[in-house]
Amino acid sequence: MHSTTTILLVEVGALLFALGMLGRLGRRVGLSPIPLYLLAGLFFGRGGPVPLSAGEQFISVGAEIGVILLLVMLGLEYSASELIGNLRSAAPAGAIDAALNALPGAGFALLLGWGWAAALVLAGITWVSSSGVIAKVLGDLGRVGNRETPVILSVLVIEDLAMAFYLPLVTAVLAGVGLVGGLKALAVAVVTVAAVLVMALRYGGTISSFMSVRDPEALLLSVLGLTLFVAGVAAELKVSAAVGAFLVGIALSGQVAHHATEILSPLRDLFAAVFFVFFGLSTNPADMPRVLLPAFGLAVVTMLTKLLTGYLGAKRVGIALPGRLRAGLALMPRGEFSIVIAGLAVASGIEPELAPLAAAYVLITVVTGPMLARLTDYGWFKAAVHRMATRRRRPEPLPAGE
Amino acid sequence: MRVRVEQTPLPGIGVRHDLVTSSGRTVGVVSHRNGRRDLVLYDVDDPDACLASIPLTDDEAEALADVLGASLMLGQLAGLRQQAAGLLTEQMAITAGSAFVGRRLGDTKARTRTSASIVAVLRDREVIASPGPTFQFEANDVVVVVGTRAGLDGVTAILAGEHG
Repeated sequence: MHSTTTILLVEVGALLFALGMLGRLGRRVGLSPIPLYLLAGLFFGRGGPVPLSAGEQFISVGAEIGVILLLVMLGLEYSASELIGNLRSAAPAGAIDAALNALPGAGFALLLGWGWAAALVLAGITWVSSSGVIAKVLGDLGRVGNRETPVILSVLVIEDLAMAFYLPLVTAVLAGVGLVGGLKALAVAVVTVAAVLVMALRYGGTISSFMSVRDPEALLLSVLGLTLFVAGVAAELKVSAAVGAFLVGIALSGQVAHHATEILSPLRDLFAAVFFVFFGLSTNPADMPRVLLPAFGLAVVTMLTKLLTGYLGAKRVGIALPGRLRAGLALMPRGEFSIVIAGLAVASGIEPELAPLAAAYVLITVVTGPMLARLTDYGWFKAAVHRMATRRRRPEPLPAGE
Repeated sequence: MRVRVEQTPLPGIGVRHDLVTSSGRTVGVVSHRNGRRDLVLYDVDDPDACLASIPLTDDEAEALADVLGASLMLGQLAGLRQQAAGLLTEQMAITAGSAFVGRRLGDTKARTRTSASIVAVLRDREVIASPGPTFQFEANDVVVVVGTRAGLDGVTAILAGEHG
């Protein structure tokens, strides 16, 4: 017993230290740490050069907590009124986003002969852009004030809300209950999410007043405890732990949400890193070369569809050409949600090639996406856009926002 | 001349306020939910893009607001002084026991009764220039009044509650 614990400490400690150093290296180069964590997982996992042994169970629990924390922080970021307000104004953009990006993934899976369940999973993987990476890119490039940014953010909000319905559906389908069972799970999810949103709108203040804002320790323990509890209950009810956590985040608002975000951030960073590593650990690097070309092809197609999504979404609210391109390019990276969905598939063991394909796909998009987003800042690009604009009529004055 | 300030929510980040100046430039402030704020200036050639995004701390924002507010008030006072000699400026305090605590500036009817004008209110080292008739007084506000001697005396009387 003792020796396993010490080996665990040594392995997990070395792993976390390595992740820290990798993250630091990544920041220097302007790279998001997500691909580095995935690569670390590939390196240290089964079939990799330096396989870990004792830490795997600890890491798998940590990964589960990582997903829960990622989702609760996402829920804390948005208020119920923001979600509903966004839904109304950006619904068409969200629908375009879903159609243009989920269908290629599903089609690709069916083309490879993978079956409907895998098609559903791959559709989700190619659909959802990474809110975390995109927010960081927008901040780094100083685009938070840009007029196309609300369009980008609205699309992300609708995707996140859609996940609250998609995850239970996919969990049920992967559990093998078939189409009818999946629809039943979807119906339950719709009712639950609607109920929580209504409750958060009406009684949000009362719920939040249960948590003590003044004592950070009490707040940390109560919010974390509540989140894990609700996530566990949700998982028991086959609604997916991630959605339970997301709903807890939505239900909390105001000062409590603000303080909880501050307190949970370090935990989220730790366990999210563990989550990404765990996904890499459970993927065999020997499977990667085979899926590299299909993953690249899928990445190219779905990055173009995201570009189109952003372009159309920005055009709808009257943004000029450069802004439309910026919006499309910004939406390209996939990240945490795609890995979460792939992780669900891996846990159910439906299609063994899905995990390496998803890993390669996310690696490609999360590395090239932020690089491509900088494309519009180059001098030659701006000059070309200026030439195109002067060649046509001068664009009419544009209203900003809805 | 009314200036239209547009408010755009940024889900997950905060809110953005911007206005278009008469010279055609757009200036805005992005208020983050975590308390940070950025002053943003938009490009002339590409009106959707930010040319500069300057993060301001609380103190910097306060200092900038003071400079803008003070220059506004000084400009108004200087303008008045130029237009008509014989105008005086006086600062009057609204004490805690005054009848006007919690009441609106329009209720004083200062301009109608005395032809003196309340041009600014000083509250907690903050300058509120050109308060409108719906502006509510609080205890320890200092009211800056401009008018003739008779007008100023009249406003003093009103604030002291003699004309009710």
